[in-house]
Amino acid sequence: MTHHPFRTASGGFIDRSKPVRFRFDGRDYRGFEGDTLASALLAEGVRLVGRSFKYHRPRGILSAGPEEPNALVELRSGARREPNTRATVAELFEGLEATSQNRWPSLTFDLMSVNGLFAPGLVAGFYYKTFMWPSAFWEKLYEPLIRRAAGLGRAANAEDPDHYEKAFAFCDLLVIGSGPAGLAAALAAGRSGARVILCEQDFRLGGQLLAERREIDGRPATEWLAETIAELASLDTVRLMPRTTVFGLYDHGVFGAVERVSDHLPVPPPHQPRQRGWRIYAKRSVLAAGAIERPIVFAGNDKPGVMLASAVRSYVNRFGVLPGRKAVLFTAGDEAWSTAADLSAAGAEIVAIIDSRPDANPARADLARKLGARYLAGGAVTAARGWQQLDHITVREASGAETVLPCDLLAVSNGWNPALHLTSHQNGKPVWNEAAQAFVPGDVPPGMAVAGNAAGRWTLAEALVDGDRLSREAVADLGFTPAPAARMPAIEAEATGLLPVWRVKGGRGKAFVDFQNDVTDKDVEIAAREGFRSVEHLKRYTTLGMATDQGKTSNLSGLALMAEQTGQSIAATGTTRFRPPYTPVAIGALAGHHRGRDFRSTRLSPTHEWSRQAGAVFIESGAWLRAQYYPQPGENDWLTSVNREVLAVRKGVGLCDVSTLGKIDIQGRDAATFLERVYTNGWANLPVGKARYGLMLREDGFVFDDGTTSRLGENHFLMTTTTANAERVMQHLEFCHQVLWPELDLHMASVSDQWAQAAVAGPRSRETLARLVDAPHDISNAAFPYLAVREITVAGGIPARLFRLSFSGELAYELAVPARYGDAMMAALMEEGRDFGITPYGIEALGVLRIEKGHVAGNELNGQTTARDLGLGGLMSPRKDYIGRLMATRPALTEPNRPMLAGFKPVNKADRLRAGAHFLDLSSTATMENDLGFMTSVAFSPHLGHWIGLGLIRGGTSRIGERVRAHDPVRGGDFEVEICSPVFIDPEGVRLRG
Amino acid sequence: MLISCPHCGARDSQEFAYLGAADLQRPDGLEASLAAMTDYVYLRENPAGRLRELWYHRGGCGRWLVVTRDTRNHRIEAVEPARPKGTEAGA
Repeated sequence: MTHHPFRTASGGFIDRSKPVRFRFDGRDYRGFEGDTLASALLAEGVRLVGRSFKYHRPRGILSAGPEEPNALVELRSGARREPNTRATVAELFEGLEATSQNRWPSLTFDLMSVNGLFAPGLVAGFYYKTFMWPSAFWEKLYEPLIRRAAGLGRAANAEDPDHYEKAFAFCDLLVIGSGPAGLAAALAAGRSGARVILCEQDFRLGGQLLAERREIDGRPATEWLAETIAELASLDTVRLMPRTTVFGLYDHGVFGAVERVSDHLPVPPPHQPRQRGWRIYAKRSVLAAGAIERPIVFAGNDKPGVMLASAVRSYVNRFGVLPGRKAVLFTAGDEAWSTAADLSAAGAEIVAIIDSRPDANPARADLARKLGARYLAGGAVTAARGWQQLDHITVREASGAETVLPCDLLAVSNGWNPALHLTSHQNGKPVWNEAAQAFVPGDVPPGMAVAGNAAGRWTLAEALVDGDRLSREAVADLGFTPAPAARMPAIEAEATGLLPVWRVKGGRGKAFVDFQNDVTDKDVEIAAREGFRSVEHLKRYTTLGMATDQGKTSNLSGLALMAEQTGQSIAATGTTRFRPPYTPVAIGALAGHHRGRDFRSTRLSPTHEWSRQAGAVFIESGAWLRAQYYPQPGENDWLTSVNREVLAVRKGVGLCDVSTLGKIDIQGRDAATFLERVYTNGWANLPVGKARYGLMLREDGFVFDDGTTSRLGENHFLMTTTTANAERVMQHLEFCHQVLWPELDLHMASVSDQWAQAAVAGPRSRETLARLVDAPHDISNAAFPYLAVREITVAGGIPARLFRLSFSGELAYELAVPARYGDAMMAALMEEGRDFGITPYGIEALGVLRIEKGHVAGNELNGQTTARDLGLGGLMSPRKDYIGRLMATRPALTEPNRPMLAGFKPVNKADRLRAGAHFLDLSSTATMENDLGFMTSVAFSPHLGHWIGLGLIRGGTSRIGERVRAHDPVRGGDFEVEICSPVFIDPEGVRLRG
Repeated sequence: MLISCPHCGARDSQEFAYLGAADLQRPDGLEASLAAMTDYVYLRENPAGRLRELWYHRGGCGRWLVVTRDTRNHRIEAVEPARPKGTEAGA
């Protein structure tokens, strides 16, 4: 039998037959299945678990839940190391490794704790006041030092080896929390047949019932709990999700939740994620998240051994752990009195019960007597003392006398704060409730109801009634026939009297308001004195309520002290609103599988497999993976391959995939009219069987996109767009049709994915194609001239479309076949072109060919250029209205000195041009005022034997023959270039018409 | 945020693309003044409250929708097709 020094003999929701070994700071310990790291450490007598953020004070375990500010550890090691894990919610597993944080060299001997000796200087606003100047010191000296001294653990420095998932769920009712209110809600809705999801952040359902010795209908509440869970599990419309934190509420009932699928295992099982990020769409919700107990501010209240009373009950009753053997209870209300009884029943000595309320209540006196404890009504703990852990406390009795009480556990309770965070995520403002002495939900988001403790209704009976009633109302609202009201079980009356004590003055030493950020009562006083009095300023000036716990145990004490300083009520002081997430969420759970290469989807062209087999080097181009070039044996650098591919097109025939271009099929009586309105140039007169280059503007007059559009029939057009803008153009055209001109009779559909398309370019392209095109189709120059388009068949009956288009300036065609024939088309063209030396080329060569020909592409269509800037002003029809027509006439857009497209070649032919270089006059200095424009695209032209460029320069082609400098401060180039025509090859267009 | 597309049902806003205010009348580019067209392109109300705005259901039916939304709390009052009734083909 495993022996844990602080484990009770029996009881609790742990499996004593299943010991679990774990390590903390290099030492071996044992716990049981069902333990958290915190409960197992306490069972082993480990009470010092961390050092505080600023003063490096020894810290223990304050709570038993997600609100924990102190017990933050690094969990696991290596690539799975995870900082700031709350030991209070970390489920114990075999081989768990945890390390304390923020201490050096060791937890018990921390050199940084000297910070505490200089403490008077480390008060609120310290960083702002001290590290102001010289400003250069900030980055080099102050910040690194501060970061080393004040830390919250180390993130793993290797890639996370685990997987994360995104998942989606839909329900009628989402219940958040599985305490009595949540269970009652889930049961009522489940019985009506509604789809219910019940989320519980803990690994065990039951909420506060797990931590209390209560009776329902005269039987232990745990029996009611087991029966209720069993019934819920039997309902097939109810989904129970333990280990799932609902961390945020977004618009319209969309909740974010994170399920810790494998956090309780050493490593995730095969094919299981570590965590799953859920998006839950709920028509209605019941928030039954319970409440968080408040500590009391007094000197030394952060000493290990000072613990929330509810946490003490949780360790005793749920985990069978005694957090101490000589206990004192310090409470401001009735509710925590059960702590003393529970501790006593578990074998601890109750030294004293200090109830800050001055009235000496006979019933309480009687209970204290039964427990053998002193009852100090109207007393207060002024200080907790001890070296590294609690040893004794000093108490000021109602009479004013000071007493010293030895003890190793001090349970404190100052009432509760409802866990109403989700009600605030949609801007709902919590309101102060005098009866509950707490902020309770104010405006509740649409569709949400709040039950039990989360609403500031503190008794078990209220929780059960609320959950049942609110749930039945919600499902009735959705049209379900609600189950009859549940019979309310008999529950013993509970006293919930409370008179909060926000701080005890007079003790020597620091009194902490916010444990995690080391904010003391004095810091709040300083903030008030220096004018940072609004709650938002208080937070930012003192850091109160920041970091991983977001002030779950500290916010209200801070507000109360500020209220005291300003002489206002707490209600008038107000509270900050909460934002998601409720507790920290790993980025991995939000990203799911979308990381690395899967960050976004990668699209593959229908000819991808052929290109891969042909040895292509691929490059990401927008969403696509495209063939960049096809290296041949012996070619060691990309430029060699690209030059070969370019020359093959100029001298023989080349083959390139162009399937990624956007393709939109437009049909209808008014299709031509529609094109007239969306393109700058004319379309009504385009004959059937011909293609035309089209230019599209945005309504603000700048160029949007370009492409060729073919007339396949009288009322049938096929538009192509650039690869990058395919979706945007479709959206724009649908806008134009549905919103601007709904009276036009036409339909359109994207057919981008339906066709595989290849450019066959070069003087031998006709001969190549002629071998593939089926017999009756004549593609001779006479029958199929430049810009001809025809629906044909190839390779013995495969439907195809042939376009005589040229991006390269050579005799060229584009052949389209249904996408499934993509790879086969490429293979067939290679076969038929073998005699002519057909050469596959990638998008690098495609780019060189278009720059040699002076065609604009993405670099020039950059959203800041007009048609005139690009030398395309002639395409702007004066005879019709079209999108962008009027705005393109604005003076600044027609100003003659705008940078306009021109070609550039280096004066010294050996100079390598660089895109992005700025143009300057020969003698001017490199300033913004002297800037003439910039180089947009460059390429090495194997045809000309030197680098060439396209760019935008003031004056444009009117300055042909002049010399300017291409100044490139980024890469250090500055040399002369000559302005020339942007068309470097065959300016008369003889080749492409040949 | 959920938008109830009249064709596809309630869908997450991630399926939609946003454009902005609905009900603008595009001036005729041959007849309108530059000032009128400039207003059409750039000038928008920015109400704290009810706003009729255009959304495109790009991940669904491809329809442009007019969504009436309260900008203060994202509550949606109505969702209707932007294309006026009776202009669909065959109508």
